[in-house]
Amino acid sequence: MKAPLRAAVAPLAAAPSGLEYELTLTLPSDTGIIEEAILVVCRHLSAEYLSERAIRFNLRIALAEALANAILYGNRCDPSRSVQVRVRFGAERVEVEVTDEGEGFDPSSLPDPTQPDRLCLPTGRGLFLIRNLMDEVRFNEKGNSICMILRRA
Amino acid sequence: MGFTSRKDPRGVLVVEVDGQLIVGNRQEFKQQVLDALEAGERKFLVDFTQTGYIDSSGLGVLVSLSKKIRDEGGDLRLAGLNEDLKTLFELTKLDTLFSISDHPADALAAF
Repeated sequence: MKAPLRAAVAPLAAAPSGLEYELTLTLPSDTGIIEEAILVVCRHLSAEYLSERAIRFNLRIALAEALANAILYGNRCDPSRSVQVRVRFGAERVEVEVTDEGEGFDPSSLPDPTQPDRLCLPTGRGLFLIRNLMDEVRFNEKGNSICMILRRA
Repeated sequence: MGFTSRKDPRGVLVVEVDGQLIVGNRQEFKQQVLDALEAGERKFLVDFTQTGYIDSSGLGVLVSLSKKIRDEGGDLRLAGLNEDLKTLFELTKLDTLFSISDHPADALAAF
């Protein structure tokens, strides 16, 4: 039996405005762990920080997509590579950062999956969903780390 | 969590998705539907009444199965989506690709 995931949660010492706590989590490159990771993160985000729907829908789907991308395309399911999750949250917003150990990619190169000629394709919707469900999305220069921000409505 | 199939008297294979249709279980779902297609089934209804959420991999599987079933002269329709799932299909414009009913009974009647 696999050991349950454990998140480390700590108050942020020199916190940027609007952020109070930081949760960190290290995941193996296994898509079977995604659900558990989402539950661990959501458990720490009560209605104090985001609406129930924003947690259940926006954050959950965006985090699932970011983790799947990191495991499948970033780390290519390589068991020697892991995925780092850092969630910083407070009264104003939640910032979720997912970092893999892959080569990175160019996020501006992805076509719009809702175009008629792409609608019948089975892939290419993950990042599109993230961008539509979060208030702000940023990548690091290398393209192996995504930061997704959801502001309290 | 899992997938249950039952044959409706009208000849429609109803596949119920209990829980989620996501990257971790999409292959199991795909194989179940492909096996039924291979066995001669042509009318499929995926019932999402008991489904919490679908990720982009789950959407992708529905898209590819729909095409395969159409290629064999069949049809795959959807029903029972909650508000979150409806939003997901609208955002991705997949609501224009699938026949979607509010209730499984409506979908079965229309087959």
